[in-house]
Amino acid sequence: MTALLEVKNLTKSFQGLVAVNDVSFALAPGRITALIGPNGAGKTTCFNLVAGALSPTRGQVLFEGRSIERTPPETVCRMGIARTFQIVRPMKDMSVLENAMVGAFSWTTSVKEARAKAYESLESVGLAGKANARTDQLTLPDRKMLEMAKALSTRPRLLLLDEVMAGLRPTEAAGVVGVLQKLAESGLTILLVEHVMRIVMEVASTVVVLHHGAKIAEGKPSDVVADPRVLESYLGAGFHA
Amino acid sequence: MQKKFDQTSDPKRWGAGVLVFAILAMVGSISNAYIISLLTVVLLFTFMGQSWNLMLGIGGQLSIGHALFVGIGAYSVAILNIKYGITPWIGLILGAAIAGLIGAVLAWLSFRFEVRGIYFALLTIAAAEFARIMFGGWDYVGGMQGLFFQAPTGSMDIAMLRGDTRFYYFVALTLAAIGVAGTEMISRSYLGYVWRAMRDDDDAARALGVQTFRHKILVISISAAMAAIGGGVLGLVQGAIFPDSIMGMSISVDVLIGPVVGGLGTAFGPLVGSMAAIPLHHAMGALGDSFGIPGLNSIAYGAVLILVVWFLPDGIWPAVVRLYGAIQLPARVRISKLREVENDRAA
Repeated sequence: MTALLEVKNLTKSFQGLVAVNDVSFALAPGRITALIGPNGAGKTTCFNLVAGALSPTRGQVLFEGRSIERTPPETVCRMGIARTFQIVRPMKDMSVLENAMVGAFSWTTSVKEARAKAYESLESVGLAGKANARTDQLTLPDRKMLEMAKALSTRPRLLLLDEVMAGLRPTEAAGVVGVLQKLAESGLTILLVEHVMRIVMEVASTVVVLHHGAKIAEGKPSDVVADPRVLESYLGAGFHA
Repeated sequence: MQKKFDQTSDPKRWGAGVLVFAILAMVGSISNAYIISLLTVVLLFTFMGQSWNLMLGIGGQLSIGHALFVGIGAYSVAILNIKYGITPWIGLILGAAIAGLIGAVLAWLSFRFEVRGIYFALLTIAAAEFARIMFGGWDYVGGMQGLFFQAPTGSMDIAMLRGDTRFYYFVALTLAAIGVAGTEMISRSYLGYVWRAMRDDDDAARALGVQTFRHKILVISISAAMAAIGGGVLGLVQGAIFPDSIMGMSISVDVLIGPVVGGLGTAFGPLVGSMAAIPLHHAMGALGDSFGIPGLNSIAYGAVLILVVWFLPDGIWPAVVRLYGAIQLPARVRISKLREVENDRAA
């Protein structure tokens, strides 16, 4: 199977501080891959490199074989990669529906088409009932879902999710897991940056573990959690399961 | 924050708009010359205010130098008409094109080098002041002595855009109506959605595929062209133009005071704001003259601006809409709304 997205020897340094160091991985289409690691491991930097928000110091990001590491975010989005932000960013003067419509204007100029697509996106994350609400009336889990709906309206082939589950209660997170699984079943490829291990175990088919900017493990969730280096990075040296 | 564009349903809004402009047309047919010439200025600044409103209220780009575009429009009309006898219609089109181009170049240069927000606003002031000083020292356009249109003969001539005060009133009314309707239409089109997204959060909009760089250039260019058309007619109405009067800082302020007082980002805001602010400016000017206190009008202007920003930060029009909404709601709904507010407070 050819990879939808391939990251090759990706390195990013900020004035000498190496945030991401020589990381390589590939995403299989239709699967959920999780990028995990302890705080400061370089997950979000890595994520932003893929999304086009940052340019790498070295290395390549290939989307469907095309190199995108110097491509601005709006173009990356138009190529078929949508992202969410860790801190939710609703457009405050616009309704939930209008927020979800914006992404659709990356492929249409028809307000009618955009509205239909926005309803569809809201439907798939379970927000259709709140389409006419103001964004400041939404609860945090709903806002996270709105971020996803906004991204889905761009009709992505790859969805990048930055800590969608952070700050959610377990029951709320379970709802998100259900949505993600449904999206993956419909053929969408998802790259997840996540902190909450338990959820990752549940949804991801592959896990990439970063520590101090470098990849220390990659594989099935069950294999990765048994890896002594992963345990050490999360729990400190000397701890063995 | 209340939602600005979706307060009332479409047919109601258009109906209200038609009604307002029908009343204004009637007022123009029966009022005396003083009121008509005052309202002409109000309506022209409604149109120019609407151009500024489009740029900041919807596009999120601040300009404090709209006098640049107003002046370009006025000089295009005046130079062609006075020196070559060419109809102002051509001058208006040419002025709009030149202003649109200059706006686009200014925006391109600025955003290309990451000069954004308030720094871009400073750049617009600098550009306007530069143009004012340049025109003041340029003999071909009359320098500081300005340019004078031929005194109107009183007979109406649409081809040459000449006529009496009432004629110009209806020209200004038409422009204002186009400005209000046009803003409403743009804000309902896909441009309105992507511009408001870009206004609220540039990075988030880009992540959703909005090409913000080119959309900023587009909104500034359209705004500049509109301001130039307003400026061209303003020059004709005034009968003479001077760099200080048509390109001065005060024009930039007059343009933005309508939308700021009336309601930023709303279709009716600039009309309401200009209606409130400009007559007050004139009345205070007259009052100041009679008491021998020059500058009273500027003090009044400043006071109104402060009061509005203090008590009605969204502007007059959104406050009116809220009041109307509150009256319309049945009591039951109103009570549940109050509960909501209380719950929000408790939470």
